[in-house]
Amino acid sequence: MKYVDEFRDSQAASKILASIRQLAKRRWRIMDVCGGQTHNLVKYGIEAALEGVVDLIHGPGCPVCVTPAEVIDVACELSQRSGVVVMSFGDMLRVPGVKTSLNSARAAGGNIRTVYSPVEAVEFARSQPESEVVFFAVGFETTIPATALAVKQAAALGLKNFSLLTHHVRVLPAMLQLMQGQDIEIDAFLAAGHVCTVTGFEDYGTLTAEFSVPVVITGFEPLDLLHGILRAVSLLETSECGVVNEYARSAAAGGNVAAMQLVDEIYEVVNQSWRGLGVIPASGYAIRECFQRFDAQRRFELSAPNHVNESSSECRCGDVLQGKLKPLECPAFGTKCRPEHPLGAPMVSSEGACAAYIQIQPQPLGTT
Amino acid sequence: MNNGLDCPLPQSSPSDVVSLAHGEGSGLTRRLIQDRIKKVLTNPVLDQLGDAALLGECSRQVMMTTDSFVVSPLKFPGGDIGSMAVYGTVNDLLVSGAVPHCLSLSLIIEEGLPLSVLDEVLENIQRACEECGVFIATGDTKVVARGECDLLFINTTGIGFARDVLPLGPASIEQGDELIVTGPIGQHGIAVLACRNGLNFTPPPLSDSKPLVAELAALEPLMPRVRCMRDATRGGVGAVLQEWAESSGCTLTFRVQDVPVSLEVRAVSELLGLDPMHVACEGTMVLAVNSSTAKDVVTALHNAGFPCASRIGTARERDIVPVTCVGLLGQEQPFQEPLGAPLPRIC
Repeated sequence: MKYVDEFRDSQAASKILASIRQLAKRRWRIMDVCGGQTHNLVKYGIEAALEGVVDLIHGPGCPVCVTPAEVIDVACELSQRSGVVVMSFGDMLRVPGVKTSLNSARAAGGNIRTVYSPVEAVEFARSQPESEVVFFAVGFETTIPATALAVKQAAALGLKNFSLLTHHVRVLPAMLQLMQGQDIEIDAFLAAGHVCTVTGFEDYGTLTAEFSVPVVITGFEPLDLLHGILRAVSLLETSECGVVNEYARSAAAGGNVAAMQLVDEIYEVVNQSWRGLGVIPASGYAIRECFQRFDAQRRFELSAPNHVNESSSECRCGDVLQGKLKPLECPAFGTKCRPEHPLGAPMVSSEGACAAYIQIQPQPLGTT
Repeated sequence: MNNGLDCPLPQSSPSDVVSLAHGEGSGLTRRLIQDRIKKVLTNPVLDQLGDAALLGECSRQVMMTTDSFVVSPLKFPGGDIGSMAVYGTVNDLLVSGAVPHCLSLSLIIEEGLPLSVLDEVLENIQRACEECGVFIATGDTKVVARGECDLLFINTTGIGFARDVLPLGPASIEQGDELIVTGPIGQHGIAVLACRNGLNFTPPPLSDSKPLVAELAALEPLMPRVRCMRDATRGGVGAVLQEWAESSGCTLTFRVQDVPVSLEVRAVSELLGLDPMHVACEGTMVLAVNSSTAKDVVTALHNAGFPCASRIGTARERDIVPVTCVGLLGQEQPFQEPLGAPLPRIC
């Protein structure tokens, strides 16, 4: 399959691995900030193959994991209201809120449906005028243009029964926040290739300038990831710093201008609360005043959810989300915290770091 | 997209649809059975319309299986609920070592199902029976109120006669045995998923729904050396391997790159973040065979017109992981089952 097979060539992968091993004189710490990349690094055995050579650490790259528990509770509560249908991506269903998850809310009679695209929710609202359709819009810049398009379409159709419960997040402010922290050492970033495809990467210059940290725009296939790591190691070994694009077949410096214009038309940048990370300045999007009729928060007169402190001595998902702790280092990992009884969101979501690690963790028969 | 909650059905007037009265034992019930069901599925045993079918005496060991079919939409690219209800039960008999003989057919119909849809399903059932050399011996029809089932549920129970040599079953799998699949995997699940959710791929992925009669015929001479067979339906090939690992006490290892996956299934799986190993097949089976037989089995399948039949892995001494896969970099790692249905990711 074109664009897949050539990026999964095992011989080429072995060659790049050998180059990385040869080039790395120090055990550099390289962070990815994308759940898809985290999973592929683990799934394709790249992390294991580079053990002791490069430390791959995983940042807050899973959109589901960084959605605060209290926001999930709001979605669950809405789904129980008469006439309301809550729609979201399948990935969101199993993630626990403070009180419950969408899956449990559905079992308890909540009207919750999964969709593949926010535009499907618009179509559903159009065909079911007697229902109040709320799309639970989470995700990074990869997803935000699609929810902006949904609002635009709903406006064009004059829909009065469609709204968004948004928790959209921006990657770059989270990366800046991580670098400002005192207790984490990051030598280089693999920037998320698909986020950069949408946003471009001109703004990443501020990150490299302020913190002297190289940023390599990286794709998702095994060879993309290996090329990204090789490039990062090469920059670090030669003390170079800059933004380098290793995903040129998809990402360009200026990004997807039309998509970002659409995002800008519908949303404004606001401070955002992240699960495990707290409030990060300018790290989220809220619906602009002129489209407020599509904002579920206002439509249903919801009060801003109270932030819940999830600090637990057992679950260290906040530290995992910030890359301070590897999933395997969490005392609850694989014992008290497992996919079938998760303590934290990274164990539940298909893009969560803990879920990626548990997939390759030997597990004796009879433990589940 | 219409959110794919139902298959596109023609507009019907009340007389064109199944009503609750069709299930209440009145004249309408008799008309439904006589004029529609019996008319299409006619054979000497069914035509008696007794409460129980008289199948006669037999000198062989008798085998029985049952399965229920609740697929939505009723019709999907490559198949429909009617033919699937026959093939699925016939395949369960075939992989267990039986020669399929006859089926029962139980229909649970939601009030409002267009009679034209029912007719089409019945015709597909009859066509599938003829293809598999079986007949419907007895049946039942129930009509439930709107919302109590999803248009049409079907249960079929199959009766077959045991072959001279039955597969020993998964407990007989030994270290060194090889694992084989007879065709590309994940076809059915992806076809139904794409159709149900209005994912308009061109060309649409096709279900592999079919009887395994030709595969079994090709393997007949080799049967004494086959340890076990299983059609990889719900849970896909991955679920079969997990079950066999538990039954046999071996660790089963497969090589990701040797598993046959069609371009369509790969493309949809890549887009949605699904692993075809977890996706249902309806006309593809997994075999475990003695290693000295593996080459002959694959050759026999290739010669019989199944070019994708492949040796995908082996059984070995059990370590703590029941199923493992060998990936791109040659690394072997645990292969876990998903919790519940696989859910597409966000981005």
